[in-house]
Amino acid sequence: MTDTPMTLPQSPGLMARLRGFWEGSSRNPAKRVQFDRPLTPWLFVLPQLLIVAIFFYWPSVQAVTSSFYLEDPFGFGSTFVGMDNYTDAISSREYRRIAGFTAFFAVMVTGLSLSIGLLLAVKADKVIRGASAYKTALIAVYAIAPPVSGLIGMMFFDMHMGPFTEMAAWFGYEMKVGINYNDTAFALILVAVWKQIPYNFIFFLSGLQSVPVSVREAALIDARSGWRRFKDIVLPLLAPTAFFLLIINITYSLFDTFAIIDVMVKDKPANNPMTLVYKVYLDGFKGNDIGGSSAQSVILMVVVAALTVAQFRFLERRVHYG
Amino acid sequence: MMQRIKPFDHLILILGALFLCMPVVMAFASSTHTAIDIHSNGLYVMPGSNGAETYTKVLTKRGGFTGEVTGLTMLMNSMILGVGFAVGKIVLSMMAAYALVYFRFRFATPIFWVIFTTLLLPLEVRIMPSYQVMSELKLLNTYQGLIVPLLASATGTFFFRQFFKSVPDELLEAARIDGAGPVKFFIDILVPLSRTMMAAIFIIMFIYGWNQYLWPMLMTTDESFFTLMRGIKTILQVWVGSQIPDYNEAFALAVLAMVPPLVVVLVFQRMFIKGLTESDK
Repeated sequence: MTDTPMTLPQSPGLMARLRGFWEGSSRNPAKRVQFDRPLTPWLFVLPQLLIVAIFFYWPSVQAVTSSFYLEDPFGFGSTFVGMDNYTDAISSREYRRIAGFTAFFAVMVTGLSLSIGLLLAVKADKVIRGASAYKTALIAVYAIAPPVSGLIGMMFFDMHMGPFTEMAAWFGYEMKVGINYNDTAFALILVAVWKQIPYNFIFFLSGLQSVPVSVREAALIDARSGWRRFKDIVLPLLAPTAFFLLIINITYSLFDTFAIIDVMVKDKPANNPMTLVYKVYLDGFKGNDIGGSSAQSVILMVVVAALTVAQFRFLERRVHYG
Repeated sequence: MMQRIKPFDHLILILGALFLCMPVVMAFASSTHTAIDIHSNGLYVMPGSNGAETYTKVLTKRGGFTGEVTGLTMLMNSMILGVGFAVGKIVLSMMAAYALVYFRFRFATPIFWVIFTTLLLPLEVRIMPSYQVMSELKLLNTYQGLIVPLLASATGTFFFRQFFKSVPDELLEAARIDGAGPVKFFIDILVPLSRTMMAAIFIIMFIYGWNQYLWPMLMTTDESFFTLMRGIKTILQVWVGSQIPDYNEAFALAVLAMVPPLVVVLVFQRMFIKGLTESDK
């Protein structure tokens, strides 16, 4: 009997894995059978690669580089200033105040539109009579563009004839949206929530309707009270949808609300509340502070990238176990 | 097993539907009244008789600083942006997804990452440098400049990749036995097979393109390229300082801007929900 050295099953070394990465010899190809042509795949992927390179990577790299420079306002070149644009932004009181408002705005919009969307979805899932009419009425607003919802919101809060302004007047409150900071903040949140409810409703409803009938029936027997049934059975089943929506809603309130703000303050931000994205636009295009605006862009890029990575990691897990 | 239906559930749903739909109904109703009536009576719930006049005016009156742009022009430009964006997105992302799923070739994995990194950053955070790139390429005030940069994200590619992966392998094996090359397989088999998916994605992307605001606002200074969303901005700029603003015209513009996507969502409701929930935006 000879001594055979025991061999452990080895995982491929780092270099081998790197080579695999570059050469595309992945152990799990997308398809069992694939075409083996050197040139054809390039023909198919090239248009997208070109567009991504020119309109995504080039500007992104430029945002990062110009965040380290101070552009001469009269267009005479630029000087390298290191991290100055970043420290200027972060240490500015105005920037911090806007960051604070952005966080508050995101929490309010996300919290309200998620909970109202969930409430409506749970009820729409229950009713039988008129279910499709409710559904149609509740998803229609998804189609409306943020600037259009901003315009409608602006009319509803108009100081001469807006119904909401009149309602406030019954209670003896003079509402001044566009002038008073808190009033404007209230109006912005209301419009942003209004616009986002249908999106959350659609996802929650489709999540609820994918719960198998057997589970529902078992739940009806096990838990008599509606609230307990919701808390112990429905909510855990909805958790993946809710997490996905949480990230989408935060991204929405940070970025997609730009148009709502721009329209509702009628292009005159003055001392009205605004979000960080609005400030990037304001400093870059109206203030001509390209370096400062780029530094703020990069800060936002980091925030969104972190959110998206969190979302992907989570989705991946959902795919594995779900 | 049936649950007892409580009137309370219906009450909540009715309140929700009213909260969401009333502003739209009132925007439409008010657009058919005169500005003076709106100014003195507030918004309307029932339509009036001034609609034809207001809409004709909004659609055909030459406005703007150069007196060149009409509502009709803006309607057409919005349509070009919506359809152009949706078609471009579908073509580009189907092709790229096809290459990534059906071919064994060098650099496939790095290319995958290069494309999918674009999902990380929305256009809004790189808006300033994107504008500079466009002006260097002399693409300001062109339809290409309006549409193509919006295509630089991988949403559609991700979706079609998932879909192609779910297509049975036997199809490709059979096609190869019949002697079909990659181009023939793509056009004759894969594209017809993806028809429903393409329709669902088209709906989502059309609405996305139609509803764009910030990018068209920066890219177009020439009024003949204005979209309806850009028109809203113009209305606001003359708003401040006028005695009685043209409430009715503003509402009419809002209605024009929301009718096409609204019709698409309502008519193709099932397909729209499919596209939305399966593409994860």
